[in-house]
Amino acid sequence: MTAPVLEVSDLRVRLRTPRGPADVVNGLSYTVGPGETVAVVGESGSGKSVSVLALLGLLPARVATVTGTALLQGEDLLTMKPERLRQVRGPGAGMVFQDPMTSLNPVLTVGKQLVEGIRAHQDISKEAARRRAADLLGEVGLPDPDGALDRYPHELSGGMRQRVVIAIALSNSPALLIADEATTALDVTVQAQIIDLVEKLQADRGTGVIWITHDLGVVAGIADRVLVMYGGRCVEDGTVDDVLEHPAHPYTRGLLGALPDLAEPAVDGVVPDLATVPGTPPPPTDLPKGCVFWPRCPVRGDARCEHEQPPLAVIGSSAVSLPHRAATWCTEGSS
Amino acid sequence: MFALVHLVPGDPVRLALGTRFSQDTYDALRERSGLDRPLVEQFFSWFARALGGDLGVSFRSGDTVTSLIAERLPATLTLAFASILVALVIAIPLGTLSALRPRSIVDRIATVLSQIGISVPDFWMAIVLILVFAGTLGWLPTGGYVPLGEDPGGWLARLVMPAVVTGVVSGSVITRFVRSSVLEALGADHVRTAQAKGLPARQVFTWHVLRNALLPLVTVTGVQLAYLLSGVVVVEIVFSWPGLGQLALQSVEARDYPVLQGAILLFALVFLVINLVVDLLYTAIDPRIRR
Amino acid sequence: MTSQPGPAASGARKSLRPAKPRWRETLGLLARNPTAAISAVLLVGIILVALFDEALAPAGPNDIDVGARLQPPSGEHLFGTDDLGRDIFSRVILGAAVSLRVGLLAVGIALVIGSVIGLLAGYYGRWVDDVLMRFMDMLFAFPAVLLAIAVLAVRGPGSGNTALAIGIVYIPIFARVTRASVLGVREEVYVRASRSVGASDFRILTRHVLPNAAPPIIVQASISLAFAVLAEAALSFLGLGTQPPNPSWGLMLAEGRGYLDLAWWLAFFPGMAIFLTVLCFNLLGDGLRDVLDPKQRTLMGSAGGENP
Repeated sequence: MTAPVLEVSDLRVRLRTPRGPADVVNGLSYTVGPGETVAVVGESGSGKSVSVLALLGLLPARVATVTGTALLQGEDLLTMKPERLRQVRGPGAGMVFQDPMTSLNPVLTVGKQLVEGIRAHQDISKEAARRRAADLLGEVGLPDPDGALDRYPHELSGGMRQRVVIAIALSNSPALLIADEATTALDVTVQAQIIDLVEKLQADRGTGVIWITHDLGVVAGIADRVLVMYGGRCVEDGTVDDVLEHPAHPYTRGLLGALPDLAEPAVDGVVPDLATVPGTPPPPTDLPKGCVFWPRCPVRGDARCEHEQPPLAVIGSSAVSLPHRAATWCTEGSS
Repeated sequence: MFALVHLVPGDPVRLALGTRFSQDTYDALRERSGLDRPLVEQFFSWFARALGGDLGVSFRSGDTVTSLIAERLPATLTLAFASILVALVIAIPLGTLSALRPRSIVDRIATVLSQIGISVPDFWMAIVLILVFAGTLGWLPTGGYVPLGEDPGGWLARLVMPAVVTGVVSGSVITRFVRSSVLEALGADHVRTAQAKGLPARQVFTWHVLRNALLPLVTVTGVQLAYLLSGVVVVEIVFSWPGLGQLALQSVEARDYPVLQGAILLFALVFLVINLVVDLLYTAIDPRIRR
Repeated sequence: MTSQPGPAASGARKSLRPAKPRWRETLGLLARNPTAAISAVLLVGIILVALFDEALAPAGPNDIDVGARLQPPSGEHLFGTDDLGRDIFSRVILGAAVSLRVGLLAVGIALVIGSVIGLLAGYYGRWVDDVLMRFMDMLFAFPAVLLAIAVLAVRGPGSGNTALAIGIVYIPIFARVTRASVLGVREEVYVRASRSVGASDFRILTRHVLPNAAPPIIVQASISLAFAVLAEAALSFLGLGTQPPNPSWGLMLAEGRGYLDLAWWLAFFPGMAIFLTVLCFNLLGDGLRDVLDPKQRTLMGSAGGENP
């Protein structure tokens, strides 16, 4: 087995809020291998965005406390000196954000925003960086890449802007690409194009990808492995087939039930028919003591669910190297 | 201005002549200044002449108002621009510092200072400055004006205090604006993108925070101008700065109504021109509204 | 993000009837803002001093005592005496009455006329709006002090005319603030509801639109009082406002100017009085804005916030 690109263990994020400390991420562990795509799935407020922003030190230090380890190519991101972290942002890990309308600086040209990123890490001339920028824009499928360099973000469509953001993220050939709801703000056809693009680039470069989304349709299309987050915890993970076809956690089943097309929740006839997941996620300032999903769980049972937190346990007969795990007391349903 | 003079009850000619005058003098002056004709006709003839640069003739000296104004305009413009400069030199660093450390000591001090700057009467500050720097310390002249071409050192020495007084007042207001603008820019999504690219912190700050935060400042400075010009009028008088404000006050004292009207009109013109320049400038530097 | 909870929640509560001005709530919130609370208390003090000026002043404003001229501050003359031996403490107290009277009158004029113009412009829109607001813009192009000087030049100097002059200068500000505020409430449910049941425009404007458009106007009034007191002082300083021998802070400053190196107290105490009064009105205005107008619709706050 090759060394993983990213190895996160026991990541915890606590934010200071006006309503008291909020435990947004509570002991998250996962790995991303080279060329592998890990999808992180969950509702908004499940802590998925915060968990990746924390990796790159992009949370405001005044309000966020991050603990755990996150080894990017063997180096711990969470204890890195600021200057080293700056060097890693870009060549180590590139990031694509949710809203292409706001994630580019409106008053700088596309070219300037690409070039400054390239020159922050590579000692090359402005002209060389500009040529590289144009190449990148071509690579991400922007028509007329040379002309686009002198355009301002508002002169481009949402899909084109997101391609620019991707080009920026890829401009220093990162080992890891983090896409935080990168296609959520785009319409379906553009979404498909962007996904194809990332898959193609990933295949060419062997980049590890963390794809954060709440759209299970996207997960099925792109991911190798899936990590389902709820209340700042991983409640289920495994290969995309295991998780989508044999969901073990009631929450995952609920998500799949909430998905119109992919939903075949009654795979083995035992899963209760969940059209949606009723209720809202628990506030991170006041998480339940037992199973995080307990207050909303349609199949919750004894006092154990309420008082004791279920561990993430291997279930079924999945391969040892790619275990299928779920954190629930209610495992009878799958098998 | 024209509307104002005629809407506000009161007879400028009567005021111009004071309390003792003969009916003949009164009629003569009325006729000479065209005030005996119907209002609408007066307005259009005045307006037409004003467009051509003819603002009438001074009641007192007999000079044309245009020449009197032309003599004073450079001094006023000098002071106005110097004041804007002082205001920005105060406001940008102070506002930025407080935004970078909200609720810190620096921020609190800046807030208190700007509050004081807004509330302190400008003429009082002027008097105190004169007392300290011209009186006690004797570093600067108490007032007056020499053209830049004749004596650059003297020009600057005389410009410092008036410009500081008006600049501090406007700067106080602008400081608060810079603070909120930088705070807003700091929270923008694109700043996170810039950080994620691995740009050095300084570069993130100059190109992605400050640049964006200061763009709307151009507009604010334009809006502040009306306020600033008010200060200029008062300060010109305290520092014997021979500009339009002083001319306006002198013409009030001398009841020289055409000169007053001309001076006020010119102030409005200066305000409009600078606002126009500001708009053009904004269009030039903000790509979002450029076509 | 999510929709702002404030307006939505209160909108549901007052969907058909406009909310009464929430005095109690407003005062409670203000009390929690220490600077605003202290300013309010100080202002009440200043107003009381102004109301009972003659009872409080130890000497008459024009009691001349040439033997005791230019006395420094002492137990007998708290703020010292001026070149004619008049007690500065007494004159500052009596000056408070003049300054506040002119300030209140000026803001009153500006508020009434400006609000009516803004109300009409905002409520009727179209050409009414265009004509009125263009005129306001025109007035706005003149520097405030200069415009006031012009009014005084035509009307002659004096306290009453000073108030009128300052009032005219601030009409456009109130017109703008009111208009913006009215535009905000014009399409609210309760206004449309009253219109649909056939209420007269006058009734809608006075009963529904005005009370709900009021908060920014109140904030603006507090800030404008600060400016009015400053402007009165400036005009009196220039010799166009309050005329001697009446005591006015601005006038006292002008008189004290000639004695700066000899007797600093002549200019210092009236200057402090102006500064403190203006500061209190400004701080109170800021506090009121935080409480009443979180969206910062008033002019100072929104001066350049308009990002195209």
